[in-house]
Amino acid sequence: MPELTRTEVEEIALLARLRLEPDELDRMQRELGAILEHFQTIAAVDTTGVPPMVHAVPMDLRLRVDVPEPSLPAELALAGAPRREADLLVVPSSIAPGRTGTGTEP
Amino acid sequence: MSPAFWSAADTARRIAVGEVTATQVVEAQLARIAAIDGELGAYLAVDAAGALAAAADVDRRRAANQPIGPLAGVPIALKDVLVTRGLATTAASKILEGWIPPYDAHVVEKLRAADAIILGKVNCDEFAMGSSTENSAYRKTRNPWNAERVPGGSSGGSSAAVAAGLCAASLGTDTGGSIRQPAAFCGVVGLKPTYGRVSRWGVVAFASSLDQVGPLTRTVADAALVLQAIAGFDPRDSTSLDAPVPRFADGLTGDIRGLRIGLPQEYFEAMDDDVRAAVARAAGALVERGAETVDLSLPHTGLALAAYYLIAPAEASSNLARFDGVRYGRRVEAASLTEMYARTRGAGFGPEVKRRIMLGTYALRSGYYDAYYKKAQQIRTLIKRDFDRAFKYCDVILTPTTPTPAFAFGAKATPVEMYLADVFTLSCNLAGLPGISVPCGLAGDGLPIGAQLLGRALDEATLLRTAAVIEAAVGLGEQRPAGVAGLAGLAGPAGPAGAAGPGGLDGPAIPGGAA
Amino acid sequence: MTQPRPGRQTLADGLAQGTPRAAGDDVPGMPRGSSSSLAKPLEDWEPVIGLEVHVQLATRTKIFSPSAIEFGAPPNSLTDPLVLGLPGTLPVFNHAVLQLALKLGVATSSQIRARSRFARKHYFYPDLPKGYQISQFEEPLCENGHLDVILRGGLKRVKLQRIHLEEDAGKTTHVGVSSHVDLNRAGVPLVEVVTAPELGSAEEAGEFMRSLLRLVRWLEISDGDMEKGQMRCDANVSIRRRGEDRLGTRTELKNINSFRFVENAIEHEIARQIRMLESGERIVRETRLWDADRGQSQPMRSKEEANDYRYFPDPDLPPLVVDGLIMASILRSIPELPGVRYDRYQRVLGVSSDDARTLVSERSLADYFDAVVAAHPGDRSGRMLANWVLTELLGALHATGTPVARSPMAPATLSALVVLIESGTISGKIGKEVFEESFRTGEAPATIIERRGLQQISDTAVLWEIINRVVAANPKQAEAYTVGGKDGLFGFFVGAVMKETKGRANPVITSDLLHKRLGR
Ligand SMILES: [Mg+2]
Ligand SMILES: [Zn+2]
Repeated sequence: MPELTRTEVEEIALLARLRLEPDELDRMQRELGAILEHFQTIAAVDTTGVPPMVHAVPMDLRLRVDVPEPSLPAELALAGAPRREADLLVVPSSIAPGRTGTGTEP
Repeated sequence: MSPAFWSAADTARRIAVGEVTATQVVEAQLARIAAIDGELGAYLAVDAAGALAAAADVDRRRAANQPIGPLAGVPIALKDVLVTRGLATTAASKILEGWIPPYDAHVVEKLRAADAIILGKVNCDEFAMGSSTENSAYRKTRNPWNAERVPGGSSGGSSAAVAAGLCAASLGTDTGGSIRQPAAFCGVVGLKPTYGRVSRWGVVAFASSLDQVGPLTRTVADAALVLQAIAGFDPRDSTSLDAPVPRFADGLTGDIRGLRIGLPQEYFEAMDDDVRAAVARAAGALVERGAETVDLSLPHTGLALAAYYLIAPAEASSNLARFDGVRYGRRVEAASLTEMYARTRGAGFGPEVKRRIMLGTYALRSGYYDAYYKKAQQIRTLIKRDFDRAFKYCDVILTPTTPTPAFAFGAKATPVEMYLADVFTLSCNLAGLPGISVPCGLAGDGLPIGAQLLGRALDEATLLRTAAVIEAAVGLGEQRPAGVAGLAGLAGPAGPAGAAGPGGLDGPAIPGGAA
Repeated sequence: MTQPRPGRQTLADGLAQGTPRAAGDDVPGMPRGSSSSLAKPLEDWEPVIGLEVHVQLATRTKIFSPSAIEFGAPPNSLTDPLVLGLPGTLPVFNHAVLQLALKLGVATSSQIRARSRFARKHYFYPDLPKGYQISQFEEPLCENGHLDVILRGGLKRVKLQRIHLEEDAGKTTHVGVSSHVDLNRAGVPLVEVVTAPELGSAEEAGEFMRSLLRLVRWLEISDGDMEKGQMRCDANVSIRRRGEDRLGTRTELKNINSFRFVENAIEHEIARQIRMLESGERIVRETRLWDADRGQSQPMRSKEEANDYRYFPDPDLPPLVVDGLIMASILRSIPELPGVRYDRYQRVLGVSSDDARTLVSERSLADYFDAVVAAHPGDRSGRMLANWVLTELLGALHATGTPVARSPMAPATLSALVVLIESGTISGKIGKEVFEESFRTGEAPATIIERRGLQQISDTAVLWEIINRVVAANPKQAEAYTVGGKDGLFGFFVGAVMKETKGRANPVITSDLLHKRLGR
């Protein structure tokens, strides 16, 4: 397994949306490296033909009837929101300043 | 009257027959929490008003000869990863500070339906990630037997509160040992049910394919009683098993004649001598009651730790993506969306949680998935097959719960050292099997030791029956912890180590064991 | 269920309602690729287009929770703990989603997986409450199907790589330096239909969308209303030199959220790529957002925000099992599909390909036509019946804004009218009059003809007498025709006879007799 570089740690932190201070990044690189080292034990195991176990107890998906239940009132749904305007949640804009429009990511 | 160390069953009985009121029990418990918990640190929130109101309701209905539930008046503490309607739920994390859930977890609904009294929420490692409760963002929980030792984790608030008599029972969650390990460290019983036996609806998810809710209690009979109340099918959890739930208490017959106890060699390699001796005494006690032991091997045990520490962080990194400062919880404002997320999560999560998110994110990246997560899932299959094979030769597996008794605060200097504390417990989660930890004596330094029993899927009944025999033979009896200020005066001091039990047996090589 | 919404005049509806042939044999309002500016470069460059189309399934509740679905509800009023992504919530799958998706799978001849799996797709966005979308990745429900696209030249079979199930996200609206989030739509069930990269032009991509829209409405699995976000299209576009085997670098166009922009956006992207390659630049593999207001696209995210979706099987959801029993019930519920009918109308009924194409543009129209055919006694009348349905009936429906399904004229009535024309009881011209009145009043054609005395005059004696009268009254014209050879005057005499008979004279007999009477 490849060595964990500082750049890689930074990339993962961005992917995970975790702001890490420089000392945290250092420590993370060290500690994750040590943990990954430990994972060498399973890299060597031949698992050809062994099915991955996704669920601890085998079962099929159960199906629910298509009948609505009452929604949470907006007031309750938004009660914990750090920022809101009327009945909308508010976040910093995700697009370049000056542009408008609506859009949903991917 | 001090109901502090009454069993849950006893508390329910006394209230049902009118010997005491639920209100009296709750008031006594609240007073005891006020006296002791400042030092012990088990509770994150005490819902005095809610508890007293629920108790009053039980008393009113009992007085009016209306039916009351099987846990009527029994004071219970909930690990703070269990969602409670109208009562703050933090998962011991800053990121959820101030969140008041609009709904109850399935297990909480079940407890309320059984007329149990929810005393409050207890401490744990942040998002249940840890083995010592040191990862709580809020407070330090001490081991009632020794204030300098950890209570275990992640359900350390649960084990400490039960051991210290600050509730009759507690619910914890177990992803890799988080019920059984703290139960062992604090000298109480901890049961992790079969995956799917108890609904996960309303359990703040750590690793979805491993998490289960279970009881921590002072007696095996109480574990059966509480499990009875929370087990069963729930259509809101797609992984909930639609299987009949036996009457667990009925199985506590003490009759284990002919029961085959498997002793897997891989679980008896490295551990403290005291632990080895105590588990050997437990095995001896079982043989004495007519069980037989079977030496066996679970050859992939050595791979469990690595598989677990890939699967659990991978799932955790996914489950914790929802904590983004948009809909609930804390937010750190920033000019851009990406910065808002990163600052919110950077400030809201503690070091261990961040470490696991990083680890899980690393392992799930495209191009790495096969080598890490998928590989770990394949290892999981091998581990499950080990158990399937073993249970052809035995009915229950006996191991130590932990290699050592409770360690000191700060003793595990690196993450890997800390992870090794779970080495005996996590295979059970990987395989989805039920497991229980039952006290089997005290070590030389006065700290409790736990014996772990693992069973076939859905066979909690056999675990409970076997554990009850160990409890009767080599359990702690009336020995109470006195390691934290306030406890000593209220309970007798701990007895010397190894005082109980037949002794004389050394290691797992039990005479009479079949090959 | 598909709910008719009177008064809607979206372009997609033009397709769905069927349109009278008089208005043109194409679907009106749909811009044909305005490709004049591209015509020249397209001689050198071949576009290769693949589509990813999201279609909202018409269920009452969300895919993983019993939260209701309703368009236009007040913001954040259709949520529950699961939709909000509250800690501790768990997904439970809606069986109606499976039913509807399987219909599409079967109708596209897809391979249906007996055990498919849900996977989590991770990215951070404020309208994605859990930080991941529950989708399908390695083991989708349907694979290797195809959709028959009815082009003007005939059918084109477009390969579908996969159809998978997933949940929708909420809606983010950008307002100045902030974004506003409404989660009502979060968790709405979608199928994502992914085509092979084998569409060769913006026009073909547009036709694919129209065919898919027709199919989902045909199957009653979605309203497919793009204006309501019920159908959304992402396009993967690349170009290569004609004759080249290797695919060029592709870009992904997102946010094509109106039917009318599908072709515009793709056309625009093809032109942009040709411009870049011809001026020596390179195409970067990127995602571009179509901005309909400006009629142009822009790169969607910067490199620093590059995504890695970290798919893995969702541990909260066991495998989705489709057994023989479910499949049998789905197979029973599938109606005859548009491509099959298109073919049958031509082969069995002799309908022209253009008419067949229009007839299958909407299921209710095709069903109406089939009912007319079924009520009709003869089996050689397909062409004529199609003609009446597409011209008179659709014209009248269109003029009154009535959907086919609620046509005031029953199929049997239209058939009876055609019988009266075929038997010579009335002429085709009178037939249009009778149609108009019957459509308006609901009165049976035979009754109208009887009451108004509109029967055609085919009695030779009666017509001979009238002709004699007409010729006698116009001696100069008769001479000019017979002696002077002015052929054009024949029509004058036909008109005069029709005027005398108020249009009831049998035109064939009249013509015969006139020739006889005028001597040539
Ligand atoms: Mg896609
Ligand atoms: Zn999609």
